[in-house]
Amino acid sequence: MAHILLRHRDIPDIDQLDVYVQNGGFAAFKKAVTTMQPDEVTEEVKASGLRGRGGAGFPTGLKWSFMDKNNWPHYVVANADESEPGTFKDREIMERNPFQFLEGVAIAAYAVGAHRAYVYLRGEFWQVAAWLDEKIAEMEAAGYLGENLFGTEYSLKIYTHLGAGAYICGEETALLESLEGKRGQPRIRPPFPPSYGLYGKPTVVNNVETLANVPYIIANGAQAYRQFGTEKSPGVKIFSLSGNVNKPGNYELPLGATFRELIYEYGGGIQDGHKIKAIMPAGASSAVIVANDEALDTPMDYENVQNVGSMLGSASVIVIDDTFDMDWVVAKTIEFFKHESCGKCTPCREGNYWMLNIIERIEEGEGSPQDVQLLDNVAHQMQGKCLCALGEFATMAVTTSIERFPEDFAKRVGGQHE
Amino acid sequence: MSLKEKYSQEIEQILAKYPPEHKRSAVMPLIYMAQREGGYVTKEEMAEIAAIVGITETEVASLIGFYTLFHDKKEGIYRLQICTDLPCALRGADRFLRDVCDHLGIQPGETTPDGLFTVEEVKCLAACDHAPVMQVQSPQGIEYHEQLTLDMTIGLLDALRQAEEAE
Ligand SMILES: Cc1cc2nc3c(=O)[nH]c(=O)nc-3n(C[C@H](O)[C@H](O)[C@H](O)COP(=O)(O)O)c2cc1C
Ligand code: SF4
Ligand code: FES
Repeated sequence: MAHILLRHRDIPDIDQLDVYVQNGGFAAFKKAVTTMQPDEVTEEVKASGLRGRGGAGFPTGLKWSFMDKNNWPHYVVANADESEPGTFKDREIMERNPFQFLEGVAIAAYAVGAHRAYVYLRGEFWQVAAWLDEKIAEMEAAGYLGENLFGTEYSLKIYTHLGAGAYICGEETALLESLEGKRGQPRIRPPFPPSYGLYGKPTVVNNVETLANVPYIIANGAQAYRQFGTEKSPGVKIFSLSGNVNKPGNYELPLGATFRELIYEYGGGIQDGHKIKAIMPAGASSAVIVANDEALDTPMDYENVQNVGSMLGSASVIVIDDTFDMDWVVAKTIEFFKHESCGKCTPCREGNYWMLNIIERIEEGEGSPQDVQLLDNVAHQMQGKCLCALGEFATMAVTTSIERFPEDFAKRVGGQHE
Repeated sequence: MSLKEKYSQEIEQILAKYPPEHKRSAVMPLIYMAQREGGYVTKEEMAEIAAIVGITETEVASLIGFYTLFHDKKEGIYRLQICTDLPCALRGADRFLRDVCDHLGIQPGETTPDGLFTVEEVKCLAACDHAPVMQVQSPQGIEYHEQLTLDMTIGLLDALRQAEEAE
């Protein structure tokens, strides 16, 4: 099947403006601006069933329709913070198929009446930002950005903005704070960005991959998009496959493909002939799944992954083989979240501190079975009490690993954990 | 020299990206600009940035403290930032970090005696399919190096050292 998002894999040089245009580039943006009302664009995206690819899976068209029309100006912000361990899809889109992403930003901006859009990239993507700046300049020179687009009243400018190394800035309200020049700490929600966003104005925040879907939907219609994926999870998704597989990488598949297809057909199976042990479907934030046959045959879509006790999230599938112990895995995820907690609320700040303390004791071989229980306890105490989802994410691998792989912990603390 | 004297044009370009009434948004790009040459931001530069965007010096300092890519201290000219996060660690990143440190004779977080290299352990760099991954932060910007072996890395460090000596 031809790619919809990773089109550079079928069309070499699609990162060149003329090649992109020859292959239908900007036709969707032109169609929207010259033949559709903004609300019609939003309706089409709603009808496509596209859901946010940044993690939460919120319906994209619905989000756009929430923009407060009594408060102007409106903004669009593309979330290119891509910091979830195991996620590396947005980078490939921006590096290899940049115009399609930028066209998606432009269509979103038209749909919500924004004349200014920002792409917020993680600071490490310094070269990607410079590259996007070049592409934006080419679009301006060719009349796809700027004033009076396609001979209409509509005008639009897109700017890049670099973060500086803080995972929390991927959370949309922390991102907006950061873009305003402040410390990247989440805001209390509600209000949500479509009513109170950048500079207090209505703002759509969408993930890079989400936006890269939009040109296809507008060019071909919602029904065409729905031919991919499942009834409840339509469309295609990029799965970032990492960990102990032979061929890690990005794979664009319809939603509903199984873990087995991804890991064995595309990923070439487990390295060095080892056995698969666990799957983390949503990066370090995942609830860990025991990789049995039932799990492997689970369709990767928003509903089914939930049915096996996890979440699809941003579909960053980390595969762990049986040479690793899950207490070590948990030590890694706790280290990550302890480092990235922004410190604004107590349960997350203190909880991560204590979890790290306990897991370090366990990893040094000085833990007791009570420590494992204490760890589990601290994690459960944090759940439901944190200001943003990071606090929740930090506990997912902990509680599910202790529950689903108790023998690994028991082995480490030299006792029987029940 | 003040930032304004050195970079007046670039400062204008940065400010032009944001609505005039929201100059504060320019603070992060200005910090990047200030630390480009020396690898860190001085007190005087913080004060100047604060004045440009209309916030206090303390606020600028607090941003530098909050974001890990901003620095207020001189360290090695080349910050070797090696990812040891879970997906990379599953593919041998911890071992790679140790090998690079052993080669340089320092521990993670330390700087080589000649002041050239600082090794830092960092979190996921969004290149997990190409582990081991190292990012080099230097006056030239940030550069990714992927699917590294120890030999490749030694070659890279030697080349950087030679370029530095040639200057
Ligand atoms: C701690 C945290 C980190 C996040 N990191 C990212 C990220 O790196 N990229 C992203 O697109 N969304 C991230 N999100 C989700 C965003 O808050 C937001 O839901 C998303 O950008 C909305 O876009 P979408 O609807 O297109 O997915 C993160 C959320 C949380 C709580
Ligand atoms: S949950 Fe953690 S990251 Fe989120 S606001 Fe609280 S301290 Fe910050
Ligand atoms: S875990 Fe190292 S780049 Fe993602």
